[in-house]
Amino acid sequence: MAHRAAVLGTGQTKHVAARKDVSIAGLVREAADRALADAGCTWDDIDAVVIGKAPDMFEGVMMPELYLAEALGAVGKPLMRVHTAGSVGGSTAVVATHLVQAGIHERVLTVAFEKQSESNAMWALSIRIPFAQPLVAGAGGYFAPIVRGYIRKSSAPLDTGYKVVLKDRLNALKNPYAHLHQPDITYEQIAESPLLWDPIRYAETCPSSDGAAAMVIGSERAAEASERPVAWIHGTAVRSEPTMGAGRDRVNPHAGRACAKAVYAEAGITDPFRQIDCAEIYVPFSWFEPMWLENLGFAEEGTGWKMVHDGTTALDGDLPINMSGGVLSSNPIGASGMLRFLEAANQVRGTAGDHQVEGARTAMGHAYGGGSQFFAMWVVGAEKR
Amino acid sequence: MRDVAVVAYNQFATRRDETRNEIEMLLPVLKDTLGPLGLTTKDMGFTVSGSSDYLAGQAFAFVSALDAVGPWPPIAESHVEMDGAFALYEAWVRLQHGDIDTALVYAFGKSSPGDLGRVLALQLEPYLVGPLWPDAASLAALQARALIDSGKASEKDLARVVARSRRAAQDNPNAQLKGEVDEAALLDEPLFNDPLRKHDLPTISDGCAVMVLAAGDRARELTDTPVWIRGIDHRVESQHLGSRDVTTSASTRLAGQKAGADVGTIDLAELHAPFSHQELILIDALGLDETRTRINPSGGALASNPMMTAGLVRIGEAAKRLAAGEGNRAVAHATSGPALQQNLVCVLEA
Amino acid sequence: MTEPVTEIITPIRMDYRYTPGTESSAFLRGMKEGKMLGRRCPSCEKVYFPARAVCSMCGEAFTETVEVKDTGTMVTFAVVNVNFANRVIDLPYVTAEVVFDGADTASMVLLSGVAPEEARMGMRVKAHWIPEAEWDFSLANIDYVEPLDEPDAPYESFKELV
Repeated sequence: MAHRAAVLGTGQTKHVAARKDVSIAGLVREAADRALADAGCTWDDIDAVVIGKAPDMFEGVMMPELYLAEALGAVGKPLMRVHTAGSVGGSTAVVATHLVQAGIHERVLTVAFEKQSESNAMWALSIRIPFAQPLVAGAGGYFAPIVRGYIRKSSAPLDTGYKVVLKDRLNALKNPYAHLHQPDITYEQIAESPLLWDPIRYAETCPSSDGAAAMVIGSERAAEASERPVAWIHGTAVRSEPTMGAGRDRVNPHAGRACAKAVYAEAGITDPFRQIDCAEIYVPFSWFEPMWLENLGFAEEGTGWKMVHDGTTALDGDLPINMSGGVLSSNPIGASGMLRFLEAANQVRGTAGDHQVEGARTAMGHAYGGGSQFFAMWVVGAEKR
Repeated sequence: MRDVAVVAYNQFATRRDETRNEIEMLLPVLKDTLGPLGLTTKDMGFTVSGSSDYLAGQAFAFVSALDAVGPWPPIAESHVEMDGAFALYEAWVRLQHGDIDTALVYAFGKSSPGDLGRVLALQLEPYLVGPLWPDAASLAALQARALIDSGKASEKDLARVVARSRRAAQDNPNAQLKGEVDEAALLDEPLFNDPLRKHDLPTISDGCAVMVLAAGDRARELTDTPVWIRGIDHRVESQHLGSRDVTTSASTRLAGQKAGADVGTIDLAELHAPFSHQELILIDALGLDETRTRINPSGGALASNPMMTAGLVRIGEAAKRLAAGEGNRAVAHATSGPALQQNLVCVLEA
Repeated sequence: MTEPVTEIITPIRMDYRYTPGTESSAFLRGMKEGKMLGRRCPSCEKVYFPARAVCSMCGEAFTETVEVKDTGTMVTFAVVNVNFANRVIDLPYVTAEVVFDGADTASMVLLSGVAPEEARMGMRVKAHWIPEAEWDFSLANIDYVEPLDEPDAPYESFKELV
């Protein structure tokens, strides 16, 4: 049966458009060194490494974990590389957690990164496969029609997305690692920014970032031996569904609902809105906040947008969402999922600094990828369970 | 640890499939593997695959392959951008949790669409080594040269490995290169990548493999011949050829010890050696006695080398033979990266 | 005093000979002849257009060919204001997800013949084909859809298809 596991330490890099001062190895090492320091561990304490990132085309290196073996301190150790599209940062943490829960390792280093300035992410996301349908105009072009579907279904006010952006970008000012720091941002600026893929405006989209995130996941024994605050992992889950299929609901995906149900069951959550103090969820385009609030059962279907307008999801609201600034403020694609999991862990450890939610005891990390088809989630808590 | 067994396995490989894409290649193998168990992909507790985007020439290549599984209602699923042997490792770990009893593992790779030598050159450190574009065969040749110069092996030993592979592969419908070959004739062939000859290199193959794992009693319910995973471990070395002794495989030795391959009798060994000289290195690293252990009864990767799949195939081929009564205990090995950089060892018992 | 090297540019060119597969080949051959061939899954009985290798909901091979019409419903759309690599179209343009009549899945096509602000979910549309002499093995034989003179499909009839 499963053993307990906890997050012993976390580390991340300051996310920017292009890190010209480090190689790929330097980038991951920076995050890993910080995680080890935060966990009070040395490289020798680490038994295995699990690394995740999105398509190799983003950097132009095939299976980069092989080149990164030394940078990750993995020589002589087990090394795995997970790739589950956009949810990868989350599913990587889940794989690492399982290694500890299975009793195989005491401490596992898990890292996720993207150094997309090396190659061209837009090109990689739009590679034209011969004979396939033309016209994918970037991720936004794929998601805009789905957002339109949500707006129609819910009759949400058209400025719902602007309020999400304002909240996330202002939260980001309290996160020294966030890519976008926009101290002068206003609602009007967002509302007037160009429509890129109607109904999504430029200001409502995530940046393209270079960045890395890392965590040390430890066993119960390792957590109890640690003098640092830990986050106990109460539950993990992953779920997938097809890209295109007659009967999919891309606005409120079944895989997301099923994943949430599974992680809540494992973590003993029966009333998500009441029992979860805050959540870091994967919102690359503003409208995904209300959509995921419904998908995750925090709000009834069709009403998630109300929580945006009434301040529920603000940093001082009843259910703070994306206290770190979220994906809207930093998006190193392969790392973004792990950043959600990491930020949730820091909340219940009390180490989130200026964007700390006071008294947070239970938090959720959420990641999604592909055509809203891959989901990875975890629930972490300040108490052992 | 929970006891986990291989309860079903099937594969397909061919020189070049220009009619079907990866999903169409995979679907019949999935059916053939699950059908006899009376199960479908929807009955599996967890599904995990291994594949490579750069091999396929598309980002997110594993996503369309998932269609073959029909992931609806939504499934618990994951993917590694590695050989399917590592996907099997992830499945084995997942089964330790205790909440599910079965896992589906699959892997696929078509080498024929791209230029494999060039594709694998992208698997290198991108600042100083990659720009020189050393293809996989050249890097392997450097290793072979070091091995021969060390006195640990000769050209004749390489020819012997190839002849054995071709001979054994005659019984393998999924092998591309098979037949009786004369070792002296092999040595008469011109050098291709000194000291390697063309036949010392793996063949180019398209293929896929599917395996079902089950835990404890569930394994016994599903088959009369479960093949138990008694030990499994994997280790990685530095990628830089200058930083390690390429005439040995320290990571294989360590993984083998951790998996328990260094104790007890081993009736057969399936070793993932895409280049002939590597089989010799692996035999040495695992401490195998060729007089007591059948080496690569399937013909190995020299006879058939579907990328991202050949490692999983080694485990499957070993398990298949134990299930058929061809032995009691086997070692299966999978490799990744240039010149045996990363290695997985699995000990199986009938 | 030398500056540190901060960038090395390595051009990479990879050529792939791509196999569309049996299902896609049948679809493409149909398009070459001006036929829109959908495929029905024997298990869920839904018609996929275009059909890829298998019914992704069931994991089953298709068994029946169903010709779908070149009229359909635009279930959702986006108005795009930014061009991407390999696409050079006058901005703004409308990308439409159209469920052609007889199919249960959507195809992505351009919407033309109407101002972007007039585009509506539920609009009835018809395919505009390029000249027959130019037909190739491609969905791009339909260069865009344009409005049909029919009332919009009611939201209830297509909301599940978004």
